[in-house]
Amino acid sequence: MGIISPGFRGRPRSPGPQLPPGQYLTEDFPVLSAGPTPRIPLETWEFSITTEAGTAYTWSWPELTALPAQTPTVDLHCVTKWSKLGTGWRGVSLDTLLGDVETAADFAMARSYGGYTTNLPLADLLDGKAWIVYEYDGEPLHPEHGGPARLLVPHLYLWKSAKWIRGIQLLLDDVPGFWETAGYHEYGDPWREQRYQGD
Amino acid sequence: MSARLVWRVARLTAIRDETATARTLVLTVPDWPGHLAGQHVDVRLTAEDGYSTQRSYSIASAADGETVELTVQQVPDGEVSPYLGEVLSIGDPVELRGPVGGYFAWRPESTAPVLLIAGGSGIVPLMAMIRARRAAGSRVPFRLIYSVRTPHDIYYADELRMRARDDAGLDVAYAFTRAVPDGWPSPPRRLGVAEVNTHGWPADFEPECFICGPTGFVETVADILVALGHDPQRVRTERFGPSGA
Repeated sequence: MGIISPGFRGRPRSPGPQLPPGQYLTEDFPVLSAGPTPRIPLETWEFSITTEAGTAYTWSWPELTALPAQTPTVDLHCVTKWSKLGTGWRGVSLDTLLGDVETAADFAMARSYGGYTTNLPLADLLDGKAWIVYEYDGEPLHPEHGGPARLLVPHLYLWKSAKWIRGIQLLLDDVPGFWETAGYHEYGDPWREQRYQGD
Repeated sequence: MSARLVWRVARLTAIRDETATARTLVLTVPDWPGHLAGQHVDVRLTAEDGYSTQRSYSIASAADGETVELTVQQVPDGEVSPYLGEVLSIGDPVELRGPVGGYFAWRPESTAPVLLIAGGSGIVPLMAMIRARRAAGSRVPFRLIYSVRTPHDIYYADELRMRARDDAGLDVAYAFTRAVPDGWPSPPRRLGVAEVNTHGWPADFEPECFICGPTGFVETVADILVALGHDPQRVRTERFGPSGA
């Protein structure tokens, strides 16, 4: 616990939902991006998983959206301190996409249209923990929030849920992505408050 | 792998009112490691019952020893900004850690022309860049386009007037969205492609562009810059909520 801030009381606390340390609740859906929002036509959009051996598995937009979809309802935790609870999505589980992929990799690098990257252990994309989502709240995913499709890995801080996802590269060794290179934590568990390197 | 960012106990040493609803906190931070213009800090407040909350604030000042300045806009019904803006008094402690973020940052050794576009309180990290340019004696050409609602909402108004006069190579242009000063040549309007084209740099100058403001503003301006031919990789953005700060 930190030092007491004289005269600070904070918002009235009701026995509401438990949030990760340092987070506050928002009803809005703020946007965090490092650059302009890319606009990707669905006709040319594609998503690939590339193995450490260089084998690529690629889905066009019609192919992705024809796969069995799930509708996860999840809590979001952004490293900029806001949390948003009970958000509803539609998309394809990474278990489905990785099902036929032969790999010995332990790590993954998500790559986005626009050049963004973020790294995470492959295990964090499996077992019902991650999706490629293309609908939010019953509507096509807006470009501001990562449309046409983004990665959703809600158990990690939201920068791991790469917007405008273009591909996932499977790797034998861990390599830092965009924010991880800029001083953010390599793993990013909100419940352990892993915001920055060394947390 | 760097060392953990530690929480430091800063003390409020001075206050400057910027507008009717924004004030600058001048903090003294022991062992502050210095920062780049554009970086931010996390501020942590803790109540007597142990409840604790954090927010991020852009740094307004250029690196200057143990002094760190934050400009805090009052958010109606906010949890943290009313405390920082009205309760925190000279001599009071406040916890912060940083600096954080190295992407939305201007480095004095950079030689590319710079275009800064601010919406409202988004001026704060961009002002740090203007101040860092001055502090470094840089002659890199800077242009600032600053969109505000009314003339009364301009942060750092006197200093910007002075720097636009004295800092060679710094141009400052304003856009007013609700009310214009007396004698202003056009009615209030949102910043559009005409203003960005007139007061910005041509894309073939390959400027570094920094845009900071509310989400809708940043989206609009970033789209304009890309449409005008700027490489998206040279357009850096920082978006503010709406997030109840």
